[in-house]
Amino acid sequence: MTDMQETVVFQRPETLEDTYTNYCPGCTHGTIHRLIAEVIDELGIRERTIGVAPVGCSVFIYNYQNVDFAVAAHGRAPAMATGIKRVQPDKVVFTYQGDGDLAAIGTNEILHAASRGENITVIFVNNATYGMTGGQMAPTTLPGQKTTSSPSGRDVEIQGWPMRVAELLAPLPGVSYSVRRSIHDPRHINNAKKAIRTAFRAQLDGMGLALVEILSACPTNWHLTPVAALEWLAKHMLPYYPVGDYKISEGLQ
Amino acid sequence: MAKGRITIDPERCKGCEICTTVCVQQIIHLGDQFNRRGYRAAVVVDPEGKCTGCALCALSCPDTAITVYRQERLREPRLEKMAVVLA
Repeated sequence: MTDMQETVVFQRPETLEDTYTNYCPGCTHGTIHRLIAEVIDELGIRERTIGVAPVGCSVFIYNYQNVDFAVAAHGRAPAMATGIKRVQPDKVVFTYQGDGDLAAIGTNEILHAASRGENITVIFVNNATYGMTGGQMAPTTLPGQKTTSSPSGRDVEIQGWPMRVAELLAPLPGVSYSVRRSIHDPRHINNAKKAIRTAFRAQLDGMGLALVEILSACPTNWHLTPVAALEWLAKHMLPYYPVGDYKISEGLQ
Repeated sequence: MAKGRITIDPERCKGCEICTTVCVQQIIHLGDQFNRRGYRAAVVVDPEGKCTGCALCALSCPDTAITVYRQERLREPRLEKMAVVLA
């Protein structure tokens, strides 16, 4: 007879607040919040982490994680994070931004923060639409994708091509880490967590701006069920936004 | 095969059904009861004890509503056995 003991193998991380989220069913912001919380727990940096929340659905991260937060004006999270990190270099500073925030109104901020090589971590959540305002076309909206402001599908002749942020930032010398991950299945979720951990480690080692772009689902604005939304992500977003490492500084390998 | 069990917090669950599609043993289903926020929470139906505690459901849950337990062998008895062999 063997002695067996029941152990907890998965539970809520301590950094995740014990509250209910206001996100729609199947919204993968919740998954990404949890991954960041797990990484903060594992690195033991909760007491010295400061997050910068964006404008958009994901602003509510300040209610859902048990770390200090500041909220920036639309798109200005990298600028605010720059200020916080420069004044308090011993703190771990990260921004959490959606695609309407980082890739549209905040493109200027992220490019210059990356160009200056600010020592911050950026978690960029790409769901190919504006979530909070009702599913309008974002710079990351796919060619042909129907949104409330492109009802017959995005026409690249008129509206141009979607922006690939991870590839865009990679060549800048101030960037230490630029990768793209997805959260549409358990394997990719695990890989996304590893990338988030590396992005925080890059900051702890003082290597420069680290960005993780994460492909995320917005079932409500895509007009799909949560399960169908993850399938749509895998089928339509992955070909245009390939998961991969676009820059890993030598010291991080 | 490893033995496990899961609990789903019915108030936290939003009935998105992602867990029901990733469960290898197919023991998670959408329940009939509505929670206080108006969502039908997922329930585990596992009379045969099929759950292995693989945690794929918990990993995929956007609302972190699932806690996973696994039956694991204690380390000490093995050491005692080795000590007997060595003696």
